[in-house]
Amino acid sequence: MVFPERGILAIWEKPFQPFSHSTIQPFNLFSMDLTTWTYLIVGITFALYIGVAWWSRAGSTSEFYVAGGGVPPVVNGMATAADWMSAASFISMAGLISFMGYQGAQYLMGWTGGYVLLALLLAPYLRKFGKYTVPDFIGERYYSQAARLVAVICALFISFTYVVGQMKGVGVAFSRFLEVPFEWGVVIGVGIVFFYAVLGGMKGITYTQVAQYCVLIFAYLVPAIFISVIMVGNPVPQLGLGSAMADGSYLLDKLDLLSTDLGFKEYTTSHNGKVDLFFVTAALMLGTAGLPHVIVRFFTVPNVADARKSAGYALVFIAILYTTAPAISAFARTNLINTVNNQPYAEMPAWFGNWEATGLLKYEDKNKDGLIQYYNDKNGEYVSAVANAKGWKGNELVVDRDIIVLANPEIAKLPAWVIALVVAGGLAAALSTAAGLLLVISTSISHDLLKKWLRPGISEKGELRAARAAIAVAVFVAGYFGINPPGFVAQVVAWAFGLAAASFFPAILLGIFTKKMNKEGAVAGMVTGLVFTGAYIWYFKYGGGTADQYWFGISPEGIGTLGMVFNFVVALTVARFTPDPPEEVQEMVENIRIPSGAGEAHEVQVP
Amino acid sequence: MSTSKHRTYWKKNLRYLAILLVVWFAVSFGCGILFADQLNHIRIGGFKLGFWFAQQGAIYVFVALIFIYIFWMNKLDKEYGVEEK
Repeated sequence: MVFPERGILAIWEKPFQPFSHSTIQPFNLFSMDLTTWTYLIVGITFALYIGVAWWSRAGSTSEFYVAGGGVPPVVNGMATAADWMSAASFISMAGLISFMGYQGAQYLMGWTGGYVLLALLLAPYLRKFGKYTVPDFIGERYYSQAARLVAVICALFISFTYVVGQMKGVGVAFSRFLEVPFEWGVVIGVGIVFFYAVLGGMKGITYTQVAQYCVLIFAYLVPAIFISVIMVGNPVPQLGLGSAMADGSYLLDKLDLLSTDLGFKEYTTSHNGKVDLFFVTAALMLGTAGLPHVIVRFFTVPNVADARKSAGYALVFIAILYTTAPAISAFARTNLINTVNNQPYAEMPAWFGNWEATGLLKYEDKNKDGLIQYYNDKNGEYVSAVANAKGWKGNELVVDRDIIVLANPEIAKLPAWVIALVVAGGLAAALSTAAGLLLVISTSISHDLLKKWLRPGISEKGELRAARAAIAVAVFVAGYFGINPPGFVAQVVAWAFGLAAASFFPAILLGIFTKKMNKEGAVAGMVTGLVFTGAYIWYFKYGGGTADQYWFGISPEGIGTLGMVFNFVVALTVARFTPDPPEEVQEMVENIRIPSGAGEAHEVQVP
Repeated sequence: MSTSKHRTYWKKNLRYLAILLVVWFAVSFGCGILFADQLNHIRIGGFKLGFWFAQQGAIYVFVALIFIYIFWMNKLDKEYGVEEK
C-alpha cells in the first residue's frame, strides 16, 4: 500500500538526492557495525527465500497458478498476510497514524475490515468455483469474453500500479542501508523476485511469503515491545497504548495535552467531518476485498471450509501488525515531542544527528535561540496567542513520517542488529507483495488472455512456459518502472483500491448472491463504476480539481465507495430489463453456494 | 440431496451473514466513526472508547467475526451434509 500524495513513503520516494552514492555515505554515521549487520541479516533472509523457492518449485500450471490447491489454511493465512502487507504498511503506516491521530483509523480499519467481507462474502464461493483467477470467475459467471476482458484490463492496471511502488521501495531500502546505488537496489530486487517467482510460481511465492511474514513480524514487534516497556512498562504494545506512564498519567491523555500545548489538534479525537473518513474507510475495505492478488490466494487451499479458515488466520496475522502500529505511533509521537520540544539542539541524543544526516529530520533555528521549537505554525490562533509572545519565528523541525518506524530501535536504544532486522523486514514486506502482484499479472496474460481467449488450444506445457515468460517480462517491466516511475503510480491508494471497490467487488458479489444477474447488468455496472471512479480520481489528481469541489467532501481515495453504489444500482436496473442468464449459469451459481465437491482448482495435470 | 434442502441451507447462511455484517458495520463505522465522539466520554483505562474502537477494538471484533462465521458454517455444513470429507 502506498499513499504518497500525503507525503508518505518518503524514504522510499526520494531515493538519491540527499546522498547519491558518490557524494555522502548514508549510514557511516551509524558506524560500520550497522552496515555489516544489515548485510548479514539481509543476506541470510535472501538465502532463506532462495532456498525455500528452490525446494518448492512448480511443475504444473496448477502448481504455478494456485500452488496445486493444497496449501494448508494456516500457511495460506500467513502467506496472505505477507502478500497483503507491503513496504508502506511496514514502514509508513505507523508514522502516518502518528501524525493523523484518531483519523489514522481509516487505514487500520480499512485495511483489516475488508477481510471480514472476503471471508463471509467472497472467498468460500470463489474457492468452490475453483478456477485460477478473478477474470476467470467474471468471464464464466457472466458467460462473456467482453466481461473477462474488462476484468483482465482492470487486474493488470491495478496490479501494475501497485507493484511498481514495491520495486521502488526495494531499491531505496538498498540504497539507504546497504550503500549500493538505487538502480542496483532495484536490480537486486528484480533478480531475487525473478528467481523465485519464475521458478516456483504460486507455490514458490506461497512458501517464500511464509518465510517473509516471519521475518517482517519479528522485525516489527521487537522494537515495539522494547519501546512499550520503556514508555509504560508493559510488554504488550496493544495494552501499553492504554497504560499510564511513570508519572502516573495515561499516555494518551499526556499525548492529547502535549499536542494541544503545541497548537496541534487533540490526538485521540476527531476534528474533521466524518463523511470523508467514512467513505475512505469503506473504499479501503471494499477495495481490499476486491484486490485480485488477495482474492487469488483463496484459490490455493484444498476446500471451502479451508478458504474460510485461511481468511480468519490471515486476519489474525495481519491484526498482529495492525494493532501494534497505533501503539508505535502514539509512543513515538510522545517520545519525539518530549525529547525535542524546546530543548537545546546541542543536547540532542545521537539518533537525532543520525537521522538529520539522512534528510528525514530537518532542523532550522529560525529565532536563533539554540532551542528546537516544534509546533503547529499553521494554527493562526495559536501563533498569535502563544508563539509570538514567546518569540518563536515558525516551526523549526520538519519530521519525515517514516522515521517513526525506522528510528524506533535507536530511540529505544536497541542494538544495531535490531535496526538491520527492520531493514530486512521492510524488504520482506516489499518483496512478498511484489511477488503476489507479479503472479496476478502473469496469470492474467498466460491464462486469461492466451489460454482463454487468443489461443485456446495451447498445451499445458505451452501455457506453463507462457506463464513463466509473462512473469519474467513483468518483473523486468516492473523493475524498469521502479527506476523510472510513471506519474500514475504515485496514486496507488486512489487507483488500486478505488477501482477494485468499484469494479471487482460488486461484480463478484452480485455474481454469487443474485442468480438473475446477467452479463448485460454486470458489464454495464462494472463500466459505470470504472468510468465514474476513474474520471473522479483523474479530475482531482491530474485534471486540476481542488478539494473544495469534492462531492459531499469525498476525497478521491474514498470515491470508490460511491462508484460501487453506482455499480450496484446500474447493474440491478439493467438486469431487470434484459434477458435472464442461461439456465446452466444459474445452476452454476446454485452450485457454488454449496461447499461440497470443490475439488482441486486445476484443469490438466502434468505427470 | 434435494434442492429444497440446499435452499434452506442457503437461507440460514444468509441469516448468519446478516447478523455478522450488522456487527461488522456497527463496530467499525458505528462505534469507530459515527458515534466515536459520544463514546469518547466513556473510558476504559487510558483509552477513550471511541478512539479504542477506531484503532484497536474494531480489528479484534473483525477477527472474532470471522471465527464465529467459521464455527457456525462448519456446524451448518455438517447439519446439511454438505461438508467436504
